[in-house]
Amino acid sequence: MVIKYFSWIKEHIGKSEELIELPDNVKNISELINYLNNLNDDYKKVFIKKDLIKIAVNKTYCSFETKISNNDEIAFFPPVTGG
Amino acid sequence: MEKKPIIPVRIKIQNKDFDVSEETNILRGNQTGAIVNFVGVVRGFDERNNNLIDSMTLEHYSGMTELEIEKIVKQSYERWSITGVTVIHRVGKLLPSDQIVFVGVSAKHRQNAFDSCNFIMDWLKTKAPFWKVEENNYRKKWVDYNLSDDEATKKWV
Repeated sequence: MVIKYFSWIKEHIGKSEELIELPDNVKNISELINYLNNLNDDYKKVFIKKDLIKIAVNKTYCSFETKISNNDEIAFFPPVTGG
Repeated sequence: MEKKPIIPVRIKIQNKDFDVSEETNILRGNQTGAIVNFVGVVRGFDERNNNLIDSMTLEHYSGMTELEIEKIVKQSYERWSITGVTVIHRVGKLLPSDQIVFVGVSAKHRQNAFDSCNFIMDWLKTKAPFWKVEENNYRKKWVDYNLSDDEATKKWV
């Protein structure tokens, strides 16, 4: 699975993109966040700000309950500020 | 119901500047009686935090940005009778007074062009994945999202 990070989330985590092999017990976005939080504190510091995090699966907005699989592209980013 | 005609739509994400009169000319056509353009410009001052800005850098989520803008333009096309749409959004480093975004809508009659342009811009501000970071001598600051942008979309629901 590809995970992309943007804006201050990218800076806090220290990378714009990473590849992970999705563990069998991770079925949705919330479970993915729990899994990442257990890897190191950088993720925890980001995902604690749950209200400020938008999620996309395969370039479409989704929710914390959205089901995911190993072929998906996930993105985590803050509310948008373009225009 | 009468089937809507196919209309030209141009969506561009680019570093380079755009020429408003060139873009306006592209939107002119036989069926067009009105063109409404919106141009967003880099403010040299952060009003919320009372800071001068030297520059601003825009990043985006390539692919998703285009998809989100397409969805917004499609909704606008379904809602109003319009004859053409152009959306250009710049990314990369920009300076105060630089142009950031162009939304141009043509229609047979002005009200459709006004409303459609307003609709596209309101939704672009809240849905299209762009992020701004403002820079000055002292620091670099990611721009906070603005609740009033969310409020602005409520008039279309």
